[in-house]
Amino acid sequence: MAGHFEPLAGGGAAVALDEVEISILRSLAVQLLELIGPGEADGPDAADPLARLFAEGPSEPPADPALARLFPDAYGTPGAEQDRQERAHAAEFRRYTENDLRARKREDALGVVRSLDGLTVAGDGVAVLRLDPEGCRQWLGALNDLRLTIGARLEITDEDDGEAFYRLPDEDPRKPMVMAYLWLGGLQETLVEALTA
Amino acid sequence: MGSVSVAPVEIERPETGESPYAVAEPDVPWVTLVHNDPVNLMSYVTYVFQTYFGYPKDKAHRLMLDVHHKGRATVSSGSREEMERDVQAMHGYGLWATLSQDR
Repeated sequence: MAGHFEPLAGGGAAVALDEVEISILRSLAVQLLELIGPGEADGPDAADPLARLFAEGPSEPPADPALARLFPDAYGTPGAEQDRQERAHAAEFRRYTENDLRARKREDALGVVRSLDGLTVAGDGVAVLRLDPEGCRQWLGALNDLRLTIGARLEITDEDDGEAFYRLPDEDPRKPMVMAYLWLGGLQETLVEALTA
Repeated sequence: MGSVSVAPVEIERPETGESPYAVAEPDVPWVTLVHNDPVNLMSYVTYVFQTYFGYPKDKAHRLMLDVHHKGRATVSSGSREEMERDVQAMHGYGLWATLSQDR
Protein backbone atom coordinates (compact mmCIF):
# COMPACT_ATOMS: atom_id res chain seq x y z
CA MET A 1 0.00 0.00 0.00
CA ALA A 2 3.02 2.31 0.29
CA GLY A 3 2.78 5.34 -2.00
CA HIS A 4 -0.65 4.57 -3.34
CA PHE A 5 -4.25 4.75 -2.20
CA GLU A 6 -6.46 1.71 -1.91
CA PRO A 7 -10.24 1.66 -1.60
CA LEU A 8 -11.79 1.05 1.81
CA ALA A 9 -14.83 -1.14 2.26
CA GLY A 10 -17.86 1.12 2.70
CA GLY A 11 -16.32 4.06 0.81
CA GLY A 12 -13.23 6.12 1.34
CA ALA A 13 -9.61 5.24 0.76
CA ALA A 14 -6.41 4.57 2.69
CA VAL A 15 -2.70 5.09 2.08
CA ALA A 16 0.40 4.24 4.08
CA LEU A 17 2.77 7.18 4.52
CA ASP A 18 6.15 7.31 6.19
CA GLU A 19 7.38 10.22 8.29
CA VAL A 20 9.23 11.90 5.43
CA GLU A 21 6.21 11.68 3.13
CA ILE A 22 3.92 13.06 5.85
CA SER A 23 6.28 15.96 6.44
CA ILE A 24 6.61 16.78 2.71
CA LEU A 25 2.84 16.60 2.13
CA ARG A 26 2.18 18.81 5.15
CA SER A 27 4.76 21.35 4.04
CA LEU A 28 3.32 21.46 0.51
CA ALA A 29 -0.25 21.87 1.81
CA VAL A 30 0.86 24.71 4.11
CA GLN A 31 2.64 26.41 1.20
CA LEU A 32 -0.56 26.07 -0.84
CA LEU A 33 -2.49 27.73 2.00
CA GLU A 34 0.02 30.57 2.05
CA LEU A 35 -0.26 30.98 -1.71
CA ILE A 36 -4.08 31.07 -1.68
CA GLY A 37 -3.93 33.61 1.13
CA PRO A 38 -6.01 34.39 4.19
CA GLY A 39 -9.76 34.17 3.97
CA GLU A 40 -12.11 37.11 4.21
CA ALA A 41 -13.14 35.57 7.54
CA ASP A 42 -9.78 36.78 8.83
CA GLY A 43 -10.24 40.30 7.47
CA PRO A 44 -11.44 43.48 9.17
CA ASP A 45 -15.11 42.60 8.55
CA ALA A 46 -14.81 39.19 10.22
CA ALA A 47 -17.30 40.11 12.95
CA ASP A 48 -19.92 41.42 10.54
CA PRO A 49 -21.70 38.61 8.68
CA LEU A 50 -23.61 41.08 6.50
CA ALA A 51 -20.41 42.78 5.35
CA ARG A 52 -18.95 39.33 4.61
CA LEU A 53 -22.01 38.42 2.57
CA PHE A 54 -21.67 41.48 0.39
CA ALA A 55 -17.89 41.54 0.22
CA GLU A 56 -16.83 41.54 -3.40
CA GLY A 57 -13.88 39.65 -4.71
CA PRO A 58 -11.24 40.99 -7.09
CA SER A 59 -12.08 41.76 -10.71
CA GLU A 60 -8.58 41.29 -12.11
CA PRO A 61 -6.92 37.89 -12.62
CA PRO A 62 -4.04 37.19 -10.18
CA ALA A 63 -0.59 38.23 -11.43
CA ASP A 64 1.06 35.06 -10.11
CA PRO A 65 0.92 32.37 -12.84
CA ALA A 66 0.06 29.59 -10.37
CA LEU A 67 -2.81 31.60 -8.86
CA ALA A 68 -3.95 32.61 -12.34
CA ARG A 69 -4.19 28.90 -13.18
CA LEU A 70 -6.12 28.13 -9.96
CA PHE A 71 -8.49 31.05 -10.59
CA PRO A 72 -8.80 31.35 -14.38
CA ASP A 73 -11.01 33.75 -16.34
CA ALA A 74 -14.48 32.34 -17.03
CA TYR A 75 -14.89 34.19 -20.33
CA GLY A 76 -12.65 34.27 -23.37
CA THR A 77 -10.55 31.72 -25.23
CA PRO A 78 -7.36 30.59 -23.49
CA GLY A 79 -4.32 31.92 -25.30
CA ALA A 80 -6.35 34.54 -27.22
CA GLU A 81 -6.85 38.21 -26.44
CA GLN A 82 -10.22 38.85 -24.77
CA ASP A 83 -12.55 41.34 -26.37
CA ARG A 84 -14.04 44.16 -24.31
CA GLN A 85 -17.23 42.28 -23.49
CA GLU A 86 -15.42 39.09 -22.46
CA ARG A 87 -13.14 41.10 -20.21
CA ALA A 88 -16.11 42.80 -18.55
CA HIS A 89 -17.96 39.50 -18.06
CA ALA A 90 -14.85 37.78 -16.70
CA ALA A 91 -14.28 40.63 -14.23
CA GLU A 92 -17.89 40.49 -13.03
CA PHE A 93 -17.81 36.70 -12.65
CA ARG A 94 -14.57 36.92 -10.69
CA ARG A 95 -15.97 39.56 -8.32
CA TYR A 96 -18.82 37.27 -7.33
CA THR A 97 -17.10 33.87 -7.31
CA GLU A 98 -13.39 34.12 -6.54
CA ASN A 99 -13.78 34.53 -2.77
CA ASP A 100 -15.91 31.37 -2.58
CA LEU A 101 -13.47 29.48 -4.77
CA ARG A 102 -10.53 30.56 -2.61
CA ALA A 103 -12.43 29.51 0.52
CA ARG A 104 -13.11 26.07 -0.94
CA LYS A 105 -9.49 25.50 -1.95
CA ARG A 106 -8.32 26.70 1.44
CA GLU A 107 -10.70 24.26 3.17
CA ASP A 108 -9.38 21.39 1.04
CA ALA A 109 -5.74 22.19 1.90
CA LEU A 110 -6.66 22.64 5.57
CA GLY A 111 -8.38 19.26 5.49
CA VAL A 112 -5.13 17.70 4.28
CA VAL A 113 -3.10 19.37 7.04
CA ARG A 114 -5.59 18.31 9.72
CA SER A 115 -5.75 14.70 8.56
CA LEU A 116 -1.94 14.51 8.51
CA ASP A 117 -1.75 16.04 12.00
CA GLY A 118 -4.15 13.38 13.23
CA LEU A 119 -1.83 10.53 12.20
CA THR A 120 0.08 8.39 14.68
CA VAL A 121 3.30 7.02 13.28
CA ALA A 122 3.95 3.42 14.33
CA GLY A 123 7.29 1.96 15.43
CA ASP A 124 8.30 1.28 11.83
CA GLY A 125 7.91 5.00 11.00
CA VAL A 126 4.78 4.41 8.94
CA ALA A 127 1.22 5.64 9.50
CA VAL A 128 -1.93 4.61 7.68
CA LEU A 129 -4.10 7.51 6.59
CA ARG A 130 -7.78 6.56 6.37
CA LEU A 131 -10.09 8.98 4.58
CA ASP A 132 -13.88 9.01 4.51
CA PRO A 133 -15.54 10.07 1.22
CA GLU A 134 -15.48 13.77 2.20
CA GLY A 135 -11.82 13.48 3.16
CA CYS A 136 -11.13 11.86 -0.22
CA ARG A 137 -12.82 14.77 -1.98
CA GLN A 138 -10.69 17.27 -0.06
CA TRP A 139 -7.50 15.35 -0.74
CA LEU A 140 -8.30 14.98 -4.42
CA GLY A 141 -8.90 18.74 -4.69
CA ALA A 142 -5.76 19.66 -2.77
CA LEU A 143 -3.56 17.18 -4.65
CA ASN A 144 -4.82 18.62 -7.92
CA ASP A 145 -4.29 22.22 -6.78
CA LEU A 146 -0.76 21.33 -5.66
CA ARG A 147 0.04 19.73 -9.02
CA LEU A 148 -1.39 22.75 -10.89
CA THR A 149 0.73 25.05 -8.72
CA ILE A 150 3.94 23.06 -9.15
CA GLY A 151 3.15 22.65 -12.87
CA ALA A 152 2.94 26.43 -13.19
CA ARG A 153 6.21 26.88 -11.26
CA LEU A 154 7.95 24.31 -13.49
CA GLU A 155 6.35 26.00 -16.53
CA ILE A 156 4.91 22.75 -17.81
CA THR A 157 3.19 23.61 -21.07
CA ASP A 158 3.22 20.29 -22.86
CA GLU A 159 2.17 16.81 -21.80
CA ASP A 160 5.54 15.52 -23.00
CA ASP A 161 7.25 17.69 -20.39
CA GLY A 162 6.17 15.11 -17.82
CA GLU A 163 8.08 12.41 -19.68
CA ALA A 164 11.20 14.57 -20.01
CA PHE A 165 11.15 15.17 -16.27
CA TYR A 166 11.80 11.48 -15.63
CA ARG A 167 15.17 11.90 -17.33
CA LEU A 168 16.35 15.05 -15.51
CA PRO A 169 19.91 14.72 -14.21
CA ASP A 170 20.27 14.71 -10.42
CA GLU A 171 22.12 18.03 -10.39
CA ASP A 172 19.23 19.87 -12.09
CA PRO A 173 17.86 22.45 -9.60
CA ARG A 174 14.31 21.55 -10.60
CA LYS A 175 14.80 17.92 -9.60
CA PRO A 176 13.26 18.05 -6.08
CA MET A 177 10.16 19.86 -7.34
CA VAL A 178 9.88 17.45 -10.25
CA MET A 179 10.10 14.46 -7.90
CA ALA A 180 7.31 15.96 -5.77
CA TYR A 181 5.22 16.62 -8.87
CA LEU A 182 5.51 13.04 -10.12
CA TRP A 183 4.92 11.58 -6.66
CA LEU A 184 1.77 13.72 -6.15
CA GLY A 185 0.58 12.55 -9.58
CA GLY A 186 0.89 8.92 -8.44
CA LEU A 187 -1.01 9.64 -5.24
CA GLN A 188 -3.77 11.43 -7.13
CA GLU A 189 -4.01 8.74 -9.82
CA THR A 190 -4.42 5.97 -7.26
CA LEU A 191 -6.93 8.02 -5.26
CA VAL A 192 -9.07 8.46 -8.40
CA GLU A 193 -8.77 4.71 -9.05
CA ALA A 194 -9.77 3.93 -5.46
CA LEU A 195 -12.84 6.16 -5.75
CA THR A 196 -13.97 4.74 -9.08
CA ALA A 197 -13.15 1.09 -8.34
CA MET B 1 -34.75 69.87 -57.45
CA GLY B 2 -32.94 66.59 -57.75
CA SER B 3 -34.37 63.20 -58.49
CA VAL B 4 -37.05 61.98 -56.17
CA SER B 5 -36.13 58.79 -54.41
CA VAL B 6 -38.71 56.19 -53.55
CA ALA B 7 -36.32 54.44 -51.24
CA PRO B 8 -37.40 54.53 -47.60
CA VAL B 9 -35.85 57.13 -45.42
CA GLU B 10 -32.77 55.80 -43.70
CA ILE B 11 -33.68 55.02 -40.14
CA GLU B 12 -31.04 56.32 -37.87
CA ARG B 13 -29.40 53.50 -35.95
CA PRO B 14 -27.50 54.09 -32.76
CA GLU B 15 -23.82 53.86 -33.50
CA THR B 16 -22.54 51.19 -31.18
CA GLY B 17 -19.59 50.15 -33.27
CA GLU B 18 -20.80 46.57 -32.99
CA SER B 19 -23.07 44.61 -35.25
CA PRO B 20 -26.55 44.13 -33.79
CA TYR B 21 -25.86 40.40 -33.66
CA ALA B 22 -23.23 40.95 -30.97
CA VAL B 23 -26.08 41.49 -28.52
CA ALA B 24 -26.74 38.31 -26.58
CA GLU B 25 -29.96 36.66 -27.65
CA PRO B 26 -31.69 35.06 -24.69
CA ASP B 27 -32.90 32.02 -26.63
CA VAL B 28 -29.46 31.09 -27.90
CA PRO B 29 -27.99 28.56 -25.46
CA TRP B 30 -24.71 29.00 -23.68
CA VAL B 31 -22.12 26.27 -23.38
CA THR B 32 -19.45 25.29 -20.90
CA LEU B 33 -16.12 24.50 -22.53
CA VAL B 34 -13.34 22.59 -20.78
CA HIS B 35 -9.88 23.28 -22.17
CA ASN B 36 -6.91 20.96 -22.33
CA ASP B 37 -4.03 21.49 -19.96
CA PRO B 38 -0.87 19.44 -19.53
CA VAL B 39 -1.21 18.88 -15.79
CA ASN B 40 -4.65 17.44 -15.11
CA LEU B 41 -4.71 13.64 -15.17
CA MET B 42 -6.97 12.03 -17.77
CA SER B 43 -8.49 9.77 -15.12
CA TYR B 44 -9.21 12.78 -12.92
CA VAL B 45 -10.91 14.73 -15.71
CA THR B 46 -13.11 11.70 -16.45
CA TYR B 47 -13.87 11.37 -12.74
CA VAL B 48 -14.93 15.05 -12.56
CA PHE B 49 -17.30 14.70 -15.55
CA GLN B 50 -18.86 11.62 -13.94
CA THR B 51 -19.09 13.09 -10.46
CA TYR B 52 -20.29 16.61 -11.21
CA PHE B 53 -22.42 16.12 -14.32
CA GLY B 54 -23.47 12.58 -13.48
CA TYR B 55 -22.44 11.42 -16.96
CA PRO B 56 -22.01 7.69 -17.52
CA LYS B 57 -18.39 6.56 -17.68
CA ASP B 58 -18.44 6.14 -21.49
CA LYS B 59 -19.63 9.69 -22.11
CA ALA B 60 -17.27 11.16 -19.49
CA HIS B 61 -14.36 9.27 -21.05
CA ARG B 62 -15.26 10.42 -24.58
CA LEU B 63 -15.50 14.07 -23.46
CA MET B 64 -12.13 13.76 -21.71
CA LEU B 65 -10.58 12.41 -24.94
CA ASP B 66 -12.08 15.35 -26.86
CA VAL B 67 -10.49 17.75 -24.40
CA HIS B 68 -7.20 15.91 -24.72
CA HIS B 69 -7.07 15.53 -28.51
CA LYS B 70 -9.11 18.48 -29.80
CA GLY B 71 -7.96 20.94 -27.14
CA ARG B 72 -11.44 21.48 -25.72
CA ALA B 73 -14.88 19.96 -25.39
CA THR B 74 -18.39 21.23 -24.80
CA VAL B 75 -19.42 19.57 -21.57
CA SER B 76 -22.80 21.20 -20.91
CA SER B 77 -25.27 23.70 -22.36
CA GLY B 78 -28.11 25.78 -21.00
CA SER B 79 -28.83 29.27 -19.71
CA ARG B 80 -26.01 31.67 -18.96
CA GLU B 81 -26.68 31.34 -15.22
CA GLU B 82 -26.51 27.55 -15.40
CA MET B 83 -23.26 27.68 -17.36
CA GLU B 84 -21.71 30.12 -14.89
CA ARG B 85 -22.56 27.61 -12.17
CA ASP B 86 -20.92 24.79 -14.15
CA VAL B 87 -17.80 26.86 -14.90
CA GLN B 88 -17.47 27.80 -11.24
CA ALA B 89 -17.75 24.12 -10.31
CA MET B 90 -15.11 23.15 -12.90
CA HIS B 91 -12.76 25.80 -11.48
CA GLY B 92 -13.41 24.30 -8.05
CA TYR B 93 -12.16 20.97 -9.38
CA GLY B 94 -9.16 22.72 -10.96
CA LEU B 95 -10.30 22.21 -14.56
CA TRP B 96 -9.80 25.04 -17.02
CA ALA B 97 -13.31 26.01 -18.12
CA THR B 98 -14.98 28.95 -19.82
CA LEU B 99 -18.51 29.69 -20.97
CA SER B 100 -19.61 31.26 -24.22
CA GLN B 101 -22.74 31.66 -26.28
CA ASP B 102 -23.18 28.84 -28.77
CA ARG B 103 -23.51 30.72 -32.04
